[in-house]
Amino acid sequence: MATKASRSAARLMISPAVILLLGWMLIPLGMTLYFSFLRYNLIIPGNHPFVGWENYHWFVTDPSFNAAMINTLLLVGGVLLITVLGGIGFALLLDQPMWGQGVIRIMVIAPFFVMPTVSALVWKNMFMNPVNGFFGHIAHGLGLPPIDFFSQIPLLSIVLIVSWQWLPFATLILFTALQSLDQEQLEAAEMDGARFGSRFAFIVLPHLARAITVVILIQTIFLLSIFAEILVTTNGGPGTATTNLTYLIYVSSLLQYDVGMGSAGGVIAIILANIVAIFLMRMIGKNLDA
Amino acid sequence: MGQIELKQVSKSFGTVEVIRPLDLSIEEGEFVVFVGPSGCGKSTLLRLIAGLEDVTSGAVLIDGEDATGTAPAKRGLAMVFQSYALYPHMSVRKNIAFPLRMAKLDKNEQDRRVEEAARVLNLGDYLDRRPGQLSGGQRQRVAIGRAIVREPAAFLFDEPLSNLDAALRVGMRLEISELHKRLRTTMIYVTHDQVEAMTMADKIVVLQAGVIEQVGSPLELYQRPRNLFVAGFIGSPRMNLIEGPEAAKYDAHTIGIRPEHIEISESQGSWKGTVGLSEHLGADTFFHVQCAVSPTPITVRAPGEMILKYGAEVHLTPRTQYLHRFDSEGLRKNEPS
Ligand SMILES: Nc1ncnc2c1ncn2[C@@H]1O[C@H](COP(=O)(O)OP(=O)(O)OP(=O)(O)O)[C@@H](O)[C@H]1O
Ligand SMILES: [Mg+2]
Repeated sequence: MATKASRSAARLMISPAVILLLGWMLIPLGMTLYFSFLRYNLIIPGNHPFVGWENYHWFVTDPSFNAAMINTLLLVGGVLLITVLGGIGFALLLDQPMWGQGVIRIMVIAPFFVMPTVSALVWKNMFMNPVNGFFGHIAHGLGLPPIDFFSQIPLLSIVLIVSWQWLPFATLILFTALQSLDQEQLEAAEMDGARFGSRFAFIVLPHLARAITVVILIQTIFLLSIFAEILVTTNGGPGTATTNLTYLIYVSSLLQYDVGMGSAGGVIAIILANIVAIFLMRMIGKNLDA
Repeated sequence: MGQIELKQVSKSFGTVEVIRPLDLSIEEGEFVVFVGPSGCGKSTLLRLIAGLEDVTSGAVLIDGEDATGTAPAKRGLAMVFQSYALYPHMSVRKNIAFPLRMAKLDKNEQDRRVEEAARVLNLGDYLDRRPGQLSGGQRQRVAIGRAIVREPAAFLFDEPLSNLDAALRVGMRLEISELHKRLRTTMIYVTHDQVEAMTMADKIVVLQAGVIEQVGSPLELYQRPRNLFVAGFIGSPRMNLIEGPEAAKYDAHTIGIRPEHIEISESQGSWKGTVGLSEHLGADTFFHVQCAVSPTPITVRAPGEMILKYGAEVHLTPRTQYLHRFDSEGLRKNEPS
């Protein structure tokens, strides 16, 4: 693929795919941008006048916008914290020689295959329900008042559910990285007098840095758009306690039928996601090269 | 410091006995080389001494004290691995300082020792690079530097030169020997390259299938191999081994004669044969001569300028004072005196 002719042929050949992908991306994006500048509410018939930045203004000054921003951050941050720390822990455990290794590894990966709505419902009804749930029973057995998860600690409950789903992903990536660590390095460190803690801090953790970066980047992108878990458990409530940006856009465009406002929210979400991505790339992306 | 003794040490992985119970003692300041074919247990034996593997039975004594259960770091030994095992995310300086940092040495003392090691190993210009930015030989030196700074009782090397090209290997071989002369620290060195073994060792330990075949100085092994295995393993090209009636003449089951101890002549000699392949190395020429006395060709070393055609008829004469005789068990028979 080095000659000029073969390069231009290659460009020609891949152009249909590239054009299709571009259209796939640009058309919805363009429409969202277009709608975000219109007064366009499905329950108010008539024409859709151009209103400039009005939708953006109202979306941003809405008190639930602030709450949604904070919730989004807490949700993403909380899940990242739990999955990265938990993932490192699980990866270290799985790396130990033990009986039934294969089965255990598959079981650890399993939650990742459960659909978000299903797992959220299972957690909601079978674990976190104060009357029938597993945790409720335990609390009852201990003579403690059961916790009503979704009204007392709604956001934390969602963080826990989402963490449960994403822990396997983090574990898998970190475990693979851990297996590629040269055992002789660990042995050399052992001979150099490094105890377990030092070996972890000076050899294992730096080796995992790149994998951790990958986990954080990929998860952040997906976690910014958490939706199903909120919809089937708390509906964004109580109040706006579990409304994140995605859910707020859903509320404006589909519950309040305000297409213009929803689109404005969407555009803001896209911009925020890009800011976060650039920020993350800058901050930890340097781990990715070399 | 640096006297190591193995007493009836053995090692099994599962049901496979990789090291049969063996005794070995290594004196202070000695340069001991373990040689043997691949898979004979050289690395395993070294790792047993280092403490990276637990012995299945027996005891490891370091400076007269039982160190069998002692953690690797506490044994005061430093190891240089075949893959170097440098820490890739640390600079050369940090790599070398790592053992000192783990020992919580004073920062000034750390710097002093790192500078000293860098000076000895000519690493001064590379201290701030990462291992990934170094050549193989430089990495090797960093690995040695990391071992030196600890001022260990003994160095353990596991095939440290096998990843280097031939020229660099010769250079590093000299450097390690030089280092040994200067530091006078016990060194145990694993290799399957017998040139390394012969040139560097004070004492060679020949291993085969987890058994020590012979221990001795390079010349002892060369001149008086204790059995057929050592006879065949030490020396390059290999010793010619001849069985049958010719051996019986010397009252032995097998006789061995090194290529350099055979005279080759076109006119007369004891064994008649035809020249097969010849290998011209410049200084020497090796002829592979097919003789009636042996089913395999006999290798003969001749001066470099000697030229014989393929298929030429020649006569070989072994110099009988260099003949090695082995009995039917493969053990050396002593010279009739
Ligand atoms: N962890 C292990 N588990 C099971 N068997 C092992 C293990 N380590 C080594 N062995 C076996 O022990 C034998 C000796 O291995 P060792 O690594 O000591 O050989 P070596 O002499 O160093 O060979 P080489 O010259 O190829 O490095 C081999 O047959 C090997 O398969
Ligand atoms: Mg080995």
